[in-house]
Amino acid sequence: MTIGHTLLGLLESGPRHGYDLKRAFDERFGHDRPLHYGQVYSTMARLLKNGLVEVDGVEPGGGPERKRYAITDAGLTDVEQWLASPEKPEPYLHNTLYTKVVLALLTDRSAQNILDTQRAEHLRLMRELTRRKLDGDFADQLICDHALFHLEADLRWLELTAARLDQLRAEVTA
Amino acid sequence: MTGNASTLESEPVLSATALQKAYGATPALDGADFEIHAGETVAVMGPSGSGKSTLLHCLAGIVRPDAGVVRYRGQELSAMGDAERSALRREEFGFVFQFGQLVPELTCLENVALPLRLAGARRRDAEQRAARWLERLEVAELGRKRPGEVSGGQGQRVAVARALVAEPRVVFADEPTGALDSLNGERVMQLLSAAARETRAAVVLVTHEARVAAYSDREVVVRDGRTRTNVSADVR
Repeated sequence: MTIGHTLLGLLESGPRHGYDLKRAFDERFGHDRPLHYGQVYSTMARLLKNGLVEVDGVEPGGGPERKRYAITDAGLTDVEQWLASPEKPEPYLHNTLYTKVVLALLTDRSAQNILDTQRAEHLRLMRELTRRKLDGDFADQLICDHALFHLEADLRWLELTAARLDQLRAEVTA
Repeated sequence: MTGNASTLESEPVLSATALQKAYGATPALDGADFEIHAGETVAVMGPSGSGKSTLLHCLAGIVRPDAGVVRYRGQELSAMGDAERSALRREEFGFVFQFGQLVPELTCLENVALPLRLAGARRRDAEQRAARWLERLEVAELGRKRPGEVSGGQGQRVAVARALVAEPRVVFADEPTGALDSLNGERVMQLLSAAARETRAAVVLVTHEARVAAYSDREVVVRDGRTRTNVSADVR
């Protein structure tokens, strides 16, 4: 996720202080990874330098956390362009598990056990996410579902590969 | 999400040892083991034709294994007569299947009340309890409709209500979300898990869907008629 664009987007509803921005970000998007104050201020400094935000006011007391930021017209255009551009789909072509399976076949180890161990680990995480989803709010449900669908796709690959191990063994050991 | 090691009773409510079953020359189970405790949900997974459903049918006393033992609360299923096993299925077990399990001639309310009626409950009492279960499964308004008049997701909730209405000790669910879209499947699993947790029912959940299996406490993988529960990290 682009922190800069997200903070800019959060500024669209009105000017905010740095600490206020951090709180808004953490509440909506920082479920597992809350922002550090340092990240907020370095990002705001960059946005300021690029003319995407401006300082709307400074509270007495000094320090960067006292600045109130507002989005500029250039900032608005930037957010709009970011939202309109599709994210590049992850190609998922660098697969450590594939490497492990092939190496196991090449060295006469059990590739099936590698796949089974991975399946158990995937399901363990899926259980954890399902529990979190059931206990969480609607935002948690959507975030966990996103992860669950990806893990499910991995599991389908594991199953398909398990069903094709003989073919793969013949190929790699030919 | 129904149990954990500290709350489970030490003796399994249902167990199977070295089950063998063949259909003609085709082996379906070839030494399968299984156990489940009260309050636990166990997912039975595996490729198509691996023996998942045969395992479920043997555990539920629907099919007699060729060899091996199934025990329900310490009692051997194979030592029971047909009538005794039928009574067990009616009174102690609940079933949810993928398709076609509701009686089309009965209303949804009558379908849910059916296990209670078969166990001898009076019509009024049975239907009052059935109505409470329909409400719990968020389909209270369907009571007067017949299965042909409700959607797949609604019908499956009615089926879950029917499986749980008699508060069985074991629920057998064979691909309970297999015919549903993601949203409906998800909700059916949430409701099934919550209801089973409350009644401390053990759930044997046959599924090929990992997201459904993720509602279980642990999984058993069936491959070529054999079960695999613990996977060693040793790959040699």
